[in-house]
Amino acid sequence: MTGSAAAGGPDWTADEMMSVAAARALRDGTACFVGIGLPSKAANLARRTHAPSLVLIYESGTIGAKPAWLPLSIGDGILAETADTVVSVPEVFNYWLQPGRIQTGFLGAAQIDRFGNINTTVIGPDYRQPKVRLPGAGGAPEIAASCREVIVIVRQSARAFVERVDFVTSVGYGRGPGDRERLGLRGRGPVLVITDLGVLEPDPDTCELTLTKLHAGVTVEQARAATGWELAVSPLLGASEPPTEVELRTLRALEGAAGREP
Amino acid sequence: MAEVVSLREAVAELVHDGDTVALEGFTHLIPVAAGHEIIRQGRRDLTLVRLTPDIVYDQMIGAGCARKLIFSWGGNPGVGSLHRFRDAVQNGWPGPLEIEEHSHAGMANRYVAAASGLPFAVLRGYIGTDLPAHTPTVKPITCPFTGETLTAVQALDLDVGIVHAQRADHSGNVQLWGIVGVQKETVLAARRALVTVEEVVDELDDRPGAVVLPSWTVTCVAAAPGGARPSYAQGYYDRDNDAYRAWDPISRDRDAFTAWLSEQVMVPGGSR
Repeated sequence: MTGSAAAGGPDWTADEMMSVAAARALRDGTACFVGIGLPSKAANLARRTHAPSLVLIYESGTIGAKPAWLPLSIGDGILAETADTVVSVPEVFNYWLQPGRIQTGFLGAAQIDRFGNINTTVIGPDYRQPKVRLPGAGGAPEIAASCREVIVIVRQSARAFVERVDFVTSVGYGRGPGDRERLGLRGRGPVLVITDLGVLEPDPDTCELTLTKLHAGVTVEQARAATGWELAVSPLLGASEPPTEVELRTLRALEGAAGREP
Repeated sequence: MAEVVSLREAVAELVHDGDTVALEGFTHLIPVAAGHEIIRQGRRDLTLVRLTPDIVYDQMIGAGCARKLIFSWGGNPGVGSLHRFRDAVQNGWPGPLEIEEHSHAGMANRYVAAASGLPFAVLRGYIGTDLPAHTPTVKPITCPFTGETLTAVQALDLDVGIVHAQRADHSGNVQLWGIVGVQKETVLAARRALVTVEEVVDELDDRPGAVVLPSWTVTCVAAAPGGARPSYAQGYYDRDNDAYRAWDPISRDRDAFTAWLSEQVMVPGGSR
C-alpha cells in the first residue's frame, strides 16, 4: 500500500519520503528500541546511511543487531546471528529498557491523538465489542514510558490522527502538560511524529502535536485535512529536504529484499 | 526425569480439556507441531497463553480449542492481522473467545514470578494506559522502601508449558540457543512441561549462549523434526517468511480455513 501521493516527488513516493525522514531523525552512536514494520525499515536505512553505529535493539532480545537484509519479524534469525548479544525477553525489558538505558524508542501506531497517545489495541468505543481488533500492546507501553525519547512513524489520515484515541495503549503526554511527571513516566515522551506528509512535534507549552515540517509538495491544507483535530501549525514551519539518490537507492534495495537474503 | 515419548503420547498424557497451556516461542522455536497435535486430539476449553500468539494460535482458535487467550501481541509478524483470532473476538466464531491482555514486559514478568514461586512480579509498566482497567491481573503497588507507585502483575501459573528446542539427549536434558525468548520461564512456570526437539542426540556439546533445561525440570520430551516450521530453529532451518504471507488469505476466509485444517492438520500423522 502506498500512502498519499501528495508528498511524492517526480522520483519518490510519500512512503519513501516518510522512511527517509524517520531514518534521518536517528542519531549515530545511540541505541534505538525498534518496532517491526515502518520503524524497522527506517532504522535499518539509518544504519546503512548516516548512522553506521546505531545500536538496534529488538524486543526479541537481540541487542546490536546488524541485519544484512530487512527482517520480516522482530525475531528473524538474521537478527540473532548478527547481534552483539542475545538476551531473554524478561531481560531485555527488565535490565535494558526499564532503567532508561535506551535513548530512542521507535514506534508505529494505528491511532494517535493530539497529545501523542497511541492506540494499537481496539478501534471503537467498546473494548469488549470492538469494531476492529488490533494486535495489541506488545512492547510499546514500556518503550513509550522508559526510553529517553520516542519517535513515532505513522501514515497521516483523519482516521489515524484522532482527537482522542479509542484506547490508550501507550502514553504520550496523557491529557496535557505535567501528565507524564504526575504518572511517574521517566522518559520524555514522543519528540517527533513523522508521517507521509510531514513532521509533527509537541508544543513546548501545551504538549499538543504541532506541524513543524512539510515534505516537498505537501500543503498545510492537506495536512489539516488528514488530521482529526484542529491542527496547529508552527510559525517556524519548515520543509523536509527531498530524499537523496543514495537514500532512495539504499531504501529500495532494503525493500526489495525484505524478509530474505538478497 | 523427563520421559522421551512420541508427540502423540506426550499431548495425550499432558494436555487436558480446560487446562491453562502456553506454547511459547518468540518468533523462533515456536512449537507448531505440538499445536497441531493438540488440534488433532480435539482438546477444548483451553486457556491459551503466549506473548505473541501468531499463526499456530490462529489455527488453534479457529479449530475451536480455546476458551480464553492470555496474550500481549496477536498478529502475523510483518504481514498483518490474525484473522481467525479477529473473527473469534469480533464475531464469536467458531465460539466466543475471552481475552486477557497485557504488555510483553508484563507477560514476561508474570512467567518470571511463576517460575520464581512468587505470587506476583513488580515492574515499571502499564501506568497511564487503559490496560489495567480491563485486565484484573494488573494492579498498582506501593514500594515499601521508597513509597513510589509501581505495577504488580499476577504470577502466571501454567498447567502445561510447551516449548520447542534444538536438541535433547536420551536422558531428556534439553538444549536450545539463538533467541531464547521466555522458553526457560515457561518450563519453570508449569506443573507439566513438554519440550519438542529437532533431534535426540547422544551427547549435548557446548553452544554459545545456550539455555540448558535439566531433564528433571521437564515432564516429556518428544522428537518433532521440523516441528517449529514455518518459524525456525537456528542451526537447523530458516524462518519460512513466505508461509507467513501465504497464511493471510487462508485465514481471512472461514471456508478456506476449514478446508486447510482438514487437508493439512486433521490427517493421520499430519503436521502442517
